[in-house]
Amino acid sequence: MTEAGENAGTGETGGPPGGSRGRVRVVLVDDHRMFRTGVQAEIGETDRTGVEVVGEAADVDQAVTVITATRPEVVLLDVHLPGGGGVEVLRRCAPLMAAAENPVRFLALSVSDAAEDVIGVIRGGARGYVTKTITGTDLVDSVFRVQDGDAVFSPRLAGFVLDAFASTDAPPVDEDLDRLTQREREVLRLIARGYAYKEIAKQLFISVKTVESHVSAVLRKLQLSNRHELTRWATARRLV
Amino acid sequence: MPVAAATRPPHAPDADDPPQRKLYRSADGRMLGGVARGLAGHLGLPVGWVRLAFLLLFMWGDGLGVLLYAAFWVFVPLGVGGRAGHRSFFETLPDGTRRLRKPDRGQITALVALFIGAGIFISKVQLGGESGRYVWPTLLVGAGVVLVWRQADNARRAHWTTAAGRHGRLFQAARALAGVALVGVGLTVFIVVRGSAAQLGNVLTATLAVLVGVALLAGPWLIRMTQDLSEERLMRIRAQERAEVAAHVHDSVLHTLTLIQRNAEDAGEVRRLARAQERELRNWLYKPEGTGKDEAEEPATLAEAVKKTAAEVEDHHGVPIEVVVVGDCPLDEKLGAQIQAAREAMVNAAKYGGEGGPVQVYAEVEGQTVFVSVRDRGPGFDIDAVPEDRMGVRESIIGRMQRNGGTARLRSAPDGGTEVELEMERAANAA
Repeated sequence: MTEAGENAGTGETGGPPGGSRGRVRVVLVDDHRMFRTGVQAEIGETDRTGVEVVGEAADVDQAVTVITATRPEVVLLDVHLPGGGGVEVLRRCAPLMAAAENPVRFLALSVSDAAEDVIGVIRGGARGYVTKTITGTDLVDSVFRVQDGDAVFSPRLAGFVLDAFASTDAPPVDEDLDRLTQREREVLRLIARGYAYKEIAKQLFISVKTVESHVSAVLRKLQLSNRHELTRWATARRLV
Repeated sequence: MPVAAATRPPHAPDADDPPQRKLYRSADGRMLGGVARGLAGHLGLPVGWVRLAFLLLFMWGDGLGVLLYAAFWVFVPLGVGGRAGHRSFFETLPDGTRRLRKPDRGQITALVALFIGAGIFISKVQLGGESGRYVWPTLLVGAGVVLVWRQADNARRAHWTTAAGRHGRLFQAARALAGVALVGVGLTVFIVVRGSAAQLGNVLTATLAVLVGVALLAGPWLIRMTQDLSEERLMRIRAQERAEVAAHVHDSVLHTLTLIQRNAEDAGEVRRLARAQERELRNWLYKPEGTGKDEAEEPATLAEAVKKTAAEVEDHHGVPIEVVVVGDCPLDEKLGAQIQAAREAMVNAAKYGGEGGPVQVYAEVEGQTVFVSVRDRGPGFDIDAVPEDRMGVRESIIGRMQRNGGTARLRSAPDGGTEVELEMERAANAA
């Protein structure tokens, strides 16, 4: 599979900065060709929004090569991949994620809803996690949100996170860093109940932007909290 | 006669009988290697005759009997069956222990024949003479080898019969040790008698040197072989696992795909089949490495019960239901009622709000409170507008929750649809 060559045709480099809804260049990493085709088709149906697939990859090595070559804004990353899985891709693309200019952002897109897969890619640096049952419109929406630097949570992921932070009762020392605030918890709970960000905003009388910043804060805590709760949570479930 | 042997040794006589009988060594009722009994069974002769023939060959055929017997033993595989071992020295009692069997007439005759044969043999080779120096050690070594070989047979036989008690194992170990000891003593005597005892040290050194040399030469090869063997075993285990996966996928997925093809024009049915299959496969794939609390089969906990209920409603109504559960706790009577109310809410959501997308079910255990929300994106409805005689929501959901000390709220979600929120305190003792 050498779809990597497709990027040669795209004239413009990088979307317009500032998060406006311009063209978003996306690389699709999944080892199932049928699924890649399907996502292409679904994104194509909503083409007016301007998501453009500039490369595809079927395993870890290909993914790293394609991502390095094309420097997309967003990578749709499958969790289960030959050659080490999505976590390995994230590890090897860490410099690209940290780049000051045009950082590459990852959105995990998986059929698996096992907790260790989900938490693994999030802690590896993915900006969000959606399951493959997501509709084309929602997917495009998620891609834009990730490109803007926000986090995207599916209800299941919200459930996992709540579980992670709720199941331990004794708060550890670094509590203000690791614990979720009441508001964050509320937002997560509504996400887990299947509310869209817009609906959450309406329900809590806050703006959508505020909802997004809450969710981003949760994501940051999730990535930071390898010290206390998550470690303990993961150990208790034999995930680490 | 059961057939256990795969190959017929080249020197085995051909059987002319239409039902082809294969030669094997009898595992039952044998005296040494089971060769005589096996041959007798194969040729249709009495065992005694065959044994006598071997004995005669042994004594007057310049050891031909021994050679033949050994060849049969090595090349002919061991088989099961034959007549029950009434010739065995041991019998197995109902409680599983083995004990020495009372000798019967045939056995005594055989033993007498054996002693007579041995006497003739001894008188023939003049044990006391010059050649006797070699005969005694050879006999000792031979006896040891026979013991160990019988042991090997028994080990193979243990694959068929699992009844190897502690006594049996002890006896086996003792026998193997005895065999080794006999061989060792025979070899030592051989060396000591052959040379003088003074040279024993030299001989031992030389032997040791040779052994070490052989070990050094063969060592890498042996290690390699062991590694290859273990690797091969690993591969076999993997292949077996893969075959299991394949079998499962074949069975259920192909089945479902066939059903989908047959019901291609019925979109609802197709969706239902696909969802059911997806759930099953997902369970099967992710459960073993799952969160541990998912492992129980019957729903003894809230999470299990919620998932099971949702799966049932999903199957029944063909509307996808997405379940998110946070925390878990054991089920009690009140929570059982809550699950029932939740099921009612799910059924309603699937029936009236299913076309708006998947039904979302969220359950959370927080401290002593269990919260369940069921949400659909359908048109929504007004509880006050529902006629008094329609008891579904009022009785099955709200009434049931209140009777059990919980609360139920029904409200319209912000962008259309309906949300049912059920809250229940856990039983006090289930902390």
